[in-house]
Amino acid sequence: MQLTGAEIVIRCLQEEGVEYVFGYPGGAVLNIYDELFKQERVKHVLVRHEQGAVHAADGYSRSSTKIGVALVTSGPGVTNSVTGIATAYMDSIPMVVLTGQVPTHAIGQDAFQECDTVGITRPCVKHNFLVKDVRELATTIKKAFYLAGTGRPGPVLVDIPKDVTQAKADFVYPKTVALRSYNPVTRGHAGQIKKAVQLLLDAKRPMVYAGGGVILSNAAPQLTRLTRLLGFPCTNTLMGLGAFPGTDPQFTGMLGMHGTFESNMAMQNCDVLLAVGARFDDRVIGNPQHFFRADRKIIHVDIDPSSISKRVKVDVPIVGYVSEVLDEMLKLIESSAERPNAAALKSWWGEIKDWQRRDCLKYDTSSELIKPQYVVQKLYEMTDGEAFVTSDVGQHQMWVAQYYKFDKPRRWINSGGLGTMGFGLPAAMGVQLVNPQATVACVTGEASIQMCIQELSTCKQYHLPIKIVNLNNRYMGMVRQWQEFFYGNRYAESYMDALPDFVKLAEAYGHVGLKIEKPGDVEGALAEALRQKQRLVFLDFITDQTENVFPMIPGGKGLTEMILAEEL
Amino acid sequence: MRHILSILAENESGALSRISGLFSARGYNIDSLTVAPTEDPTMSRFTIVTVGSDDVIEQITKQLNKLVEVVKVVDLTDGDHIERELMLVKVRAAGKDRDEMKRLADIFRGRILDVTDRSYTIELTGTGVKLDAFLQSIEPGVILETVRTGASGIGRGERILRI
Repeated sequence: MQLTGAEIVIRCLQEEGVEYVFGYPGGAVLNIYDELFKQERVKHVLVRHEQGAVHAADGYSRSSTKIGVALVTSGPGVTNSVTGIATAYMDSIPMVVLTGQVPTHAIGQDAFQECDTVGITRPCVKHNFLVKDVRELATTIKKAFYLAGTGRPGPVLVDIPKDVTQAKADFVYPKTVALRSYNPVTRGHAGQIKKAVQLLLDAKRPMVYAGGGVILSNAAPQLTRLTRLLGFPCTNTLMGLGAFPGTDPQFTGMLGMHGTFESNMAMQNCDVLLAVGARFDDRVIGNPQHFFRADRKIIHVDIDPSSISKRVKVDVPIVGYVSEVLDEMLKLIESSAERPNAAALKSWWGEIKDWQRRDCLKYDTSSELIKPQYVVQKLYEMTDGEAFVTSDVGQHQMWVAQYYKFDKPRRWINSGGLGTMGFGLPAAMGVQLVNPQATVACVTGEASIQMCIQELSTCKQYHLPIKIVNLNNRYMGMVRQWQEFFYGNRYAESYMDALPDFVKLAEAYGHVGLKIEKPGDVEGALAEALRQKQRLVFLDFITDQTENVFPMIPGGKGLTEMILAEEL
Repeated sequence: MRHILSILAENESGALSRISGLFSARGYNIDSLTVAPTEDPTMSRFTIVTVGSDDVIEQITKQLNKLVEVVKVVDLTDGDHIERELMLVKVRAAGKDRDEMKRLADIFRGRILDVTDRSYTIELTGTGVKLDAFLQSIEPGVILETVRTGASGIGRGERILRI
């Protein structure tokens, strides 16, 4: 039987087992929406701005092992989505974005709501397609899901002209995809893995540095087993938090620009570094020249060959799925009688413990003002470390990374690569939908939250009981911090004057709002929010305006050139 | 260092923009780029001449390989290879220049494709260096127009690039 293109789109989504599509209708996708309307298997979540749709699909994907799907119309629908797509691309999040396009005969005519979608999104997608023939629609959508979820994951966009959604074709959903030009290596090279294992066993000052790739590869259990088996210290990147349990004594905290003193010192001073699913980016190792000054052997496991030896030359590159490579490593170590030199390891841990004694995350707990760190710490304690936490971008994001100890992967949802303000709330919607029973908190700031505030309306419509923790310091905090440190206290445009009354705002959207101004009220407010299981609660914490994030590596400096709170 | 990259890619509309876009987005140089379908019409072959350190060339190669439409990438300059470029040059050929121009074309094994009483159009094939040498050997004022294809290249002997 012949189906229309619009019917085919819906059938494809059903075949892929898609539960939710996040989207916003418009002229070019009306046929698809009409078909969505006629069925119940694929549920649609109507956002209030297309950026929110893509972030929600992203949060859905990050907090599960499923592929998020967004559906938007042509022209402005697409351009509004670009921030969301670029966010997912930078963090390698599997996602399929379906976009409407003007009819094929109108393409290139500057038609109403026309834009060059494939051209605009080309640099920020893993791949994209323009479907000009309805007979290619099903195979293209199949390819999109396959490409999004395999190899180094990423967003894949399918642009569908309106006439293609009307035209008819036989529907056959392909079971498999074969692309002669796309065959990601999944298993690591056996010889390289052997070499790596020997290096690890011979190490005297080892360090494990794990990133978002471990989470994407669902390899947290393997990483944890390997690290515990060897007794090595382990650090996680911002994207990797939860890949190794945050409460494990072998965990040294996050590393990088706002990482712990001990993690950064150990990174610099180790003799063998096992880098897994991480990419030595500028926020992680700071100045690469400074990093090279110390001599160490580096093993780098990553699915993407272009991530290896990009910023830092490595000694043992291993290309493959992190999970498969770690499985092989574990097999070799478990079947060998050899173990790392216990005495050397003991003395290395001694050094690390000395660094830990600096207590670099210490903050003033006697203040009469609410310290943002305290709010995060209380949130951690009162949710037993079990919440899904999304964030926006800035100081609050770093404080969650430092003070909320994630024991499990896929619980910490933030925009690490692109650093997208406005990500937190819509991402939390996706997280809550795929984890309906879980506590989902969105830790944000008064600047970030206003970038996608309209999604409060979506939360109302779909009864999403997100707990918004607004660390309100009346400044774009991280911008203000840089201006204080590097721009002679000239706070150019980083002050938020004329803020809304967030309590009234939350209430206007039909939610609960609470304003908290004293440290003594923090716990009670969080308890109240957690008690209201069915309601979205907006907690507006009026925090210390001038609190800074420490430790901090200034831009262009090396890992060990940190500024600590105690030094100021 | 100058490198010649040969790329086999799906003969699809987006491939060229994806490949050229990669170079501009990541700040790599393109000295020249040529592309045409191969004997298999579903496949295109690109030849890109670029300049960069070994590290940069390694990154370019890896990034190209990552593109979904790219099937294979080879750095021809890694081994023995043949490199050719085609140039068409229209020169003023009047008076005493006319004989001189003919002689010069012969010396460089060029062919005169089109003749008017005032001009010659000369076809010249060779390495880029040879084409440069030809242009340098004639007076700049005599050159009316040039068009060059950019380098194409192929490995010598048993070095074969195919899928």
